[in-house]
This record gives sequence, structure tokens and C-alpha cells, in this order.
Amino acid sequence: MKPRHKRFAFIGLGLVVLGIATVLVLNAFQSNLVFFFTPTQVVSGEAPKGRSFRIGGMVEDGSLVREKDGLTVHFIVTDTAKRLPVTYKGILPDLFKEGKGAVAQGQLGNDGTFVASEVLAKHDENYMPPEAAEAMAKAKASGAQQSKSLVVPQGTKDSL
Amino acid sequence: MIWSKYSAPQAFYPLAGRLIPWFAAVAIILMVVGLYMGFFVAPTDFQQGESYRIIFVHVPAAWMSMFLYVVMAIWAGVGMGLNARLSFMMAQAIAPTGAMFTFLALLTGAMWGKPTWGAWWVWDARLTSELILLFQYAGVMLLRTSIDDLRRADRSSAVFALVGVVNVPIIYYSVQWWNTLHQGASVSMATGSKMAATMLMAMLIMTIAFWMYSIAVILARVRCVMVERESLPTWDDKPAVIHEAVEAR
Repeated sequence: MKPRHKRFAFIGLGLVVLGIATVLVLNAFQSNLVFFFTPTQVVSGEAPKGRSFRIGGMVEDGSLVREKDGLTVHFIVTDTAKRLPVTYKGILPDLFKEGKGAVAQGQLGNDGTFVASEVLAKHDENYMPPEAAEAMAKAKASGAQQSKSLVVPQGTKDSL
Repeated sequence: MIWSKYSAPQAFYPLAGRLIPWFAAVAIILMVVGLYMGFFVAPTDFQQGESYRIIFVHVPAAWMSMFLYVVMAIWAGVGMGLNARLSFMMAQAIAPTGAMFTFLALLTGAMWGKPTWGAWWVWDARLTSELILLFQYAGVMLLRTSIDDLRRADRSSAVFALVGVVNVPIIYYSVQWWNTLHQGASVSMATGSKMAATMLMAMLIMTIAFWMYSIAVILARVRCVMVERESLPTWDDKPAVIHEAVEAR
């Protein structure tokens, strides 16, 4: 083995060791790297108690209720398995919609309601013109196969 | 054609000089076409309206920031393995452009995040790891300038660059591995595209434009690095002159 082969082997080996170490570290910190908890995790008690955390999921269709003051809103965040009621007082982001993803920061109240201090809209990875979205919604409503040429159908994880 | 002769700075200097105008011209043309398509041809998004158009800069910039880091690390690794001067010079020349694209990705992301998410910045895995990438570029550049001995400076910044390469897959897969506010990839090798065709086309044109821009700027910068390091008395393009200058020292 020539010296330069040795040096390349050393660099390669170093990168492999470093990669393994990184994987182990990231696995160990898995729970700290999560930006939000899903309603299922909250219900099963995985979310931290007594301090602020974030929940994420889909805003359930038809669950958005606005109080008379115009600022306080109630809605339900769901991951299709479990549902979590949320109360928030403040201005919602423009993209906040029923049936779309949202992330809320706050604390879990004693009555099981999540009291949010901040609500963020989570955008998905689909980009299309309004006409295409309309056509897709229509196709879906009539139970027809959605057009594959426009967009690839969303996976289960993506719908969050 | 023997390519290996261009591994010598004396031979590479004039070659780089000849290539720069071509890459620069293609970059300008593609950028004009890409931005025109992005702003005027591509349709409005069904949810975000017009604010989505930032992706025509944001996504290519973010791709380039990761890609250039890998290229820089490869040059650093080759430099370490072969003790080649030109490799270290290339690594040195790439760092500022990579840092610029990282900053651009973060800046445009923040501009998009405010109207879309409702926040300029959140500490989710994607955003945080991209910010760390910016610090890595800064670290590579700072480490080089903080050591006077050129060989030691090259080697230590190369080690830094190589170690930091673990962050690139973390950035890329962060949206899959963890719950993040940042959405998943709209364009990926595995699942294809989740964008309308014209939007995708404009974005890909901008990506190629950024590639060409990067090549042109990096070649121009590596020439400066050569002149600086070899203390050449002239900016002449003729290789013979550079030869004389190197021998005269």
C-alpha cells in the first residue's frame, strides 16, 4: 500500500466511524429533535407534562369555532387516530385552514384541552395552480380516480 | 488529452480563465429565463398564492448549499490524500460561495415562513441543521485564516470540512426522520415531483443557472487564490509567465 492509499483509507475509515457515531447520537436524542408531538403521543402520555410543548396534526374538518370576540378560536387537531381539542386566542396565519396541517405551542390543561400560545400553519409539499386543485377536489368528490398527471397522490405521512 | 496536467496550478490558471466567460454567460441566460418563467409563466399556487414564488430561489439555493459543501469536502479529502495544492485551493475557493447560498436559503426561507407559517424562524430540525451548515462554512473559512502556516491551515480546515459532511444527510433527511414544521421534499428521486410541470421546470432551470454561476465564480476565485499563494508578480494569462515567476522565486 502506497502512503497515499493509506491516507485515503484513513480518511474513509474516519468518515465511517464519524457516521456511525452520528447515527448513535441522533438516535439517543430522538425525542429532543422532534418539533411537535402528535395527538396520539399526547394521549398516550409521551408529551412532557407541566411545561410548554408543541402539538401538530390536521385541523379537523368542521371543528373550527370562533368566539364572539373574534380572536378566541377552538378547533380539534387530529392525526386520524386520536383527536385533541385546542383553544387559542390570537391571530391565525393565513394558511390556517380546516383539513390542513397546523402546529400549536402551548400547555395541556387539566380538562384535556390544549391551550395554545402560538399557532403555525404547516404547509405540505404539493404545489399546483388553483384550477388543478379544483379539478382534483371535484374528482375526489365524485369518487373518480384523481388525475395522476397533475400530482402524485399524497402519502399517509404527508397528509399531516 | 492528458487531464492530469491541469492538476498543476500553472496549467489550470489559464484554462480556468478561458472557461469563466462561458459559464458566466450560460448562468446569466438561464437565470433570466428561469426568473421570467418563475414570475410570469408559472401559475399561482392554490393555497399560498403568490408568496410561493420564493421557491424559485429558495430551493435551488438550498440544494447548492448542500451540494457545494460535499464538493468542498471531496476536494479537501483529495487534498489530504494526494497532498495536492490545487485541491486545497479549490476547497478554499468553494467555501464563500457555499456560505452565500446557505445564507440565501435561510433568508428566503424566513421571508416565506412569515406569511405561510406565521413565523420568521422556528427551531425545527431542518432549519436548525441548515443554520449549522452556515456556521460550518464560517468555521472552515475562519480556521484557514486563523493559521499562518499555509500547509497547516489547509490541513486543519480540510479536516473540519470532512467532519462537517455528516450534517449534509441530516439536513436532507431531517424532514423525514423527525416531525418538522418544514414540509417534505416536493421533488425527490424516490417519489418524483409534487409540483405542477411549469413550476418544476422553472425551478430546475434556476438550479442549473446556480450551478453555472457557482462554477464561474469558483473558477474566478481559485485564480485569485493561486495568484495570492504563489505571489505571482503578474496577472498574465500566459502559462510561460507563471512558470518563470514560480522558478524565479
